[in-house]
Amino acid sequence: MKFGIVVSEGPYTHQASDTAYNFAKAALEGGHEVPRVFFYHDGVNVGTRLSIPPQDERNIQQNWTALAAEHNVDLVICIAAAQRRGLLDENEASRQGKDANNIAEGFRISGLGQLIEMGIQTDRLMTFGD
Amino acid sequence: MSEVKKFLYVNRKAPYGTIYALEALEVVLIGAAFDQDVSLAFLDDGVFQLAKGQNTKGVGIKNFSPTFRALGDYEVTKLYVEKESLDERGLTLDDLLAVTYEDEDDDYEEKPSIRLVSRAEMADLMSTQDVILSF
Amino acid sequence: MSTLHTVNKSPFATQTLQSCLNHVKDGDTILMIEDGVYGGTVGTTIAVAVAAITGKVAIRVLEGDMAARGINADRLINGVTPVDYAGFVKLAAETDRTQAWL
Repeated sequence: MKFGIVVSEGPYTHQASDTAYNFAKAALEGGHEVPRVFFYHDGVNVGTRLSIPPQDERNIQQNWTALAAEHNVDLVICIAAAQRRGLLDENEASRQGKDANNIAEGFRISGLGQLIEMGIQTDRLMTFGD
Repeated sequence: MSEVKKFLYVNRKAPYGTIYALEALEVVLIGAAFDQDVSLAFLDDGVFQLAKGQNTKGVGIKNFSPTFRALGDYEVTKLYVEKESLDERGLTLDDLLAVTYEDEDDDYEEKPSIRLVSRAEMADLMSTQDVILSF
Repeated sequence: MSTLHTVNKSPFATQTLQSCLNHVKDGDTILMIEDGVYGGTVGTTIAVAVAAITGKVAIRVLEGDMAARGINADRLINGVTPVDYAGFVKLAAETDRTQAWL
């Protein structure tokens, strides 16, 4: 079965991105597919490569990046939500005249259409937020 | 994939205090291009999103309530509002924005998009969807 | 046709669990996750309402979230049972849709 996952809260403040990660991992281990995870609202902040959590804590971004690499999960950050919150890839940074970009490996920025498409193309849509 | 799915956008939060209402509306507008069977549900504090007379000048946040009135142009015409949620908050339909659409199957007659439903009817609506997006 | 409802809020902080209880259909499942797990424990002001629905709706509590909050299975309302992440996935697959009560 194909699961689409929406993450709608940022990391660390809310548990949502942890719960979503644990669910995605369990689904993949159970033989299901997770073709895409869509990060919306403050959830886009999961995809910054500049976070430095203490070494004895989980690194939420790195967990997602590793899971995506291992299982070919498409990690999509909503562009509209990302621009509001200062999440930029190289392309957007140069287009908007910004001096830096901060998207982590395995994540990509795209439009809200990717969320609707995920709803259409997967069997179940799971939302984790607050 | 040509299959049409039933999408329900569930709005349970008030506007402005958090961004959920605005960003939910942004999904609805983009989603309209995908030709799915779209409904919006307003319950609990979500009914406050449709309140008449919103004026955000004093808070410096964009007033997005006029966008609800444009939804008909995007063929988003089913806005289900839960009566019990209105009652609990001292509101009636008269306190809500007049959201309408032109029914192309009925000589473009202007019809209300807001459909007042009971809590039980709202539960029925939720139980018949393919995809539920919660905000 | 049935729905998996997830509730992630403490019933003492918001109306979310109450709203979910108001909208479930017979045969549905409610899964309490994150702070939602407090809704499955005995002796609270909402325990009677939760217990009353257990005959018609399955109530499950995510094990890891219980343990993290120091809740043992013997603190759960009669008829409310723990489930692990593999069980969460199974519930989501077996029901026809999932509704997150945020």
